[in-house]
Amino acid sequence: MAATAFASGFQVEPLISHRAAPAAQPVARLHSVTKKYGQVTALDNLNLSLYPGEVVALLGPNGAGKTTAVKLLLGLIAPNNGSVRVMGSDPRDSETRTSIGAMLQVTRVPETLRVREHIDLFRSYYPNPLPAAEIVRIARLEGLENTFYGKLSGGQKQRVLFGLALAGNPSLIFLDEPTVGMDIESRRALWDQIRSLAAQGKTVLLTTHYLEEADALASRIVVIGKGKILAEGTPTEIKHRVTGRRIRCVTSLELDFVREMAHVMSAERDRDAMVIIASETERVVQQLMREDPMLRGLEISAPGLEDAFLALTNPEAS
Amino acid sequence: MAIVAIAARPQVLGLGYYARVVAQETRYEFLKMFRAKAFSLSVIGFPAMFYLIFGVTNHHIEYARYLLASYSCFGMVGASLFGLGAGVALERAQGWLELKQASPMPRIVYLVAKTLTCAAIAMITVAILLALGLTLGGVALTALEVVKLIAITLAGAIPFSAMGLLISFILPPKAGPGMINIIYLPMSFASGLWMPIDLLPHWIQRIAPTLPTYHYAQIALNIFGYAQAGTSMSLHWEALIGFTCLLLGAAWLVFTRSEAKA
Repeated sequence: MAATAFASGFQVEPLISHRAAPAAQPVARLHSVTKKYGQVTALDNLNLSLYPGEVVALLGPNGAGKTTAVKLLLGLIAPNNGSVRVMGSDPRDSETRTSIGAMLQVTRVPETLRVREHIDLFRSYYPNPLPAAEIVRIARLEGLENTFYGKLSGGQKQRVLFGLALAGNPSLIFLDEPTVGMDIESRRALWDQIRSLAAQGKTVLLTTHYLEEADALASRIVVIGKGKILAEGTPTEIKHRVTGRRIRCVTSLELDFVREMAHVMSAERDRDAMVIIASETERVVQQLMREDPMLRGLEISAPGLEDAFLALTNPEAS
Repeated sequence: MAIVAIAARPQVLGLGYYARVVAQETRYEFLKMFRAKAFSLSVIGFPAMFYLIFGVTNHHIEYARYLLASYSCFGMVGASLFGLGAGVALERAQGWLELKQASPMPRIVYLVAKTLTCAAIAMITVAILLALGLTLGGVALTALEVVKLIAITLAGAIPFSAMGLLISFILPPKAGPGMINIIYLPMSFASGLWMPIDLLPHWIQRIAPTLPTYHYAQIALNIFGYAQAGTSMSLHWEALIGFTCLLLGAAWLVFTRSEAKA
């Protein structure tokens, strides 16, 4: 993506104190959790709570600890230190997991079973599952019940996995890259489903690399890097932590000249245009137009979630 | 060490729940494995094919009877090693096992369902072998002999499923069925599953008792009186049970070690 080079210009405001804890009891909690794999510390004294009705997006570069955090909450692994609680109990007990559903990235799902057979099997794992017809409806699998999994398209396969995550009528749902490989229509439809889950009071923990998805769905974003929480807040709060504005214009000015200008934090070429990250935006624009009266294609925009994310996870002295 | 404070919760999952989970898991495991043509055709087809070639067309009643017992064992070992060995390794590598583990499915149910499925598939093999033997092979069997054959073949499900599970942890998943063949075929051959052990070189005859398949085969062959002279059945049973405990223990060790590392 062209944007990756530019966000390094953004500066990040120092971490402010925590927002006031909501009154409700957390549905799940990682409490001072440390997890090491040999010499590598995947999670370092991490605290994370999930509350009812939330959609929490967990963001972070590869190796940040997102997958480890999810695996701990699913009871697949145990922490070296600290505790993990879901609905008040240890998710390593299979009884606790009756209130959890998960949609994980599976490279191959058994292809010799039909869609309704997969659903039927996962329903049997839970004491109070949703009716099969309901699962088919929510996951938009009507007409595909008798199709063998191996014969489904990529998007349809994702929908089956989503259906399996909901099979047990869970209160807490984990979605790991849920819309990977989906077309726009399916992605939007799934987003609607996720919103309706939250509206029902369920809790959703989402990991995704589509920042647009986190921006669209999350009531709270948690940015993780190197096993620690770098930032936590609503999408707006996260974006506001990044100062500066992005200026895009087509200009004949030299890159080095622009970089030397006052209040300019960074400048890069983007095809025929130049993208500048600057504070004191209006001053910079005035100077640019003075220096180059032929400047055109001027766009000024606030930093997006992507810029905030990159700035948070790649801190560089400006 | 993790702090594990388990809050007291009312018992939600009763016997009915577990019974249903086992039934459904086994049913779909069977459908899944049976419909996988590469697996079922080879695991059922090879013993049947070998029997047809070596047992039936030879027009030698003794061979037909001998091979009926030995190929039944061969079929059960194959079904278990490929069904559990390759099956679990593959499902673990592909993340499917992880998804099941994230659900409330009890871990043991997965293993029980796979073992029962492999046993059922081996039973299909035995049925085909019996059909071929009784019709084309000219073998005459008493009802008792048939019952004994089925029972003894089934008894092999446990040790060789344990072996399959152990293999699934030890072998890299990419290696797959090829690597399992490297263990399966020589082991079966050296245990007298393809031809009487007396016909094999002496050095093989000496190492045979170290193989669980040898003892398994001897017990099965004894139904028709083809066990090696001078060996006692109780010894073979003890050896087989001993191997079973060893394999289950080792599989359990490796399993819990891999969990702890995770």
